[in-house]
Amino acid sequence: MSIFYFVAFLSIFFALMTIFAKNPVHSVLYLVITFFTFTVHYILLNAQFLAVVNFIVYMGAIMVLFLFVLMLLNLNKESEPMKSNLVKIMGAIAGMSLLATLLGAFRVLEINNDYVTGNTDVGLVENLGKVLFDEFLLPFELSSLLLLTAMIGAVLLAKKETKESNG
Amino acid sequence: MDSVIQTIQGIPLNHYLIFCSVIFSIGVIGVLIRRNVIIIMMCVELMLNSVNLLLAAFSAYRGDASGQVFVFFVMALAAAEVAVGLAIVIMVYRNTKSVDIESLSKLRW
Repeated sequence: MSIFYFVAFLSIFFALMTIFAKNPVHSVLYLVITFFTFTVHYILLNAQFLAVVNFIVYMGAIMVLFLFVLMLLNLNKESEPMKSNLVKIMGAIAGMSLLATLLGAFRVLEINNDYVTGNTDVGLVENLGKVLFDEFLLPFELSSLLLLTAMIGAVLLAKKETKESNG
Repeated sequence: MDSVIQTIQGIPLNHYLIFCSVIFSIGVIGVLIRRNVIIIMMCVELMLNSVNLLLAAFSAYRGDASGQVFVFFVMALAAAEVAVGLAIVIMVYRNTKSVDIESLSKLRW
């Protein structure tokens, strides 16, 4: 399907805009668009549960948190620290080397003409819920513990420091 | 005839591999070339998302739901990581008035 290639092109384009935008707020907004294209990818794979969760958790919660912190700290283009051009070029070369290594490794893999089609039912909420609450019940409960710990940690870290003499 | 239909509506698995590798590499480049701590955390999110998509693609390819459950756990982990990370960023900003990653270099010793 050519719609995959179109959406993949959009994802790569907006991901590049994310890392090259000078203004941090623009960067966050481009990342939101990138995550939206990822949601479209999940829909193409018929992973409906993941599409909804990606939409709500990533675009709704995480990116709003980023945007909130950026606006709380009042960051803009003027206060943005920039690296020197030499470091930028070296970083880009290092990343490209990683990409070349990965692509070279994929070439060595035996060529298979298998296709990923979106007509499987594993991504529906019903099937995923059955697996999640049967096979993966313990990890699911542990992840709730992880979220609780993270919440307590975040509140403790971001709390304004009170007088030390009280303690 | 069946394979023709599959060819029309399916995407080769290799293309998913290549696409997710490109997105992952963009995330790595972003971590290397930016100095703003918040942007670096966003690039980490980008890398996590590319891996998530590849897991979902393999899960759809194999017809096994475990991969998509794993993606769900990665998303829960990412939410926890962002909450703690941004709290640390706010704390560092309160002490140093800067979100430059270099301001953390005093943690070396």
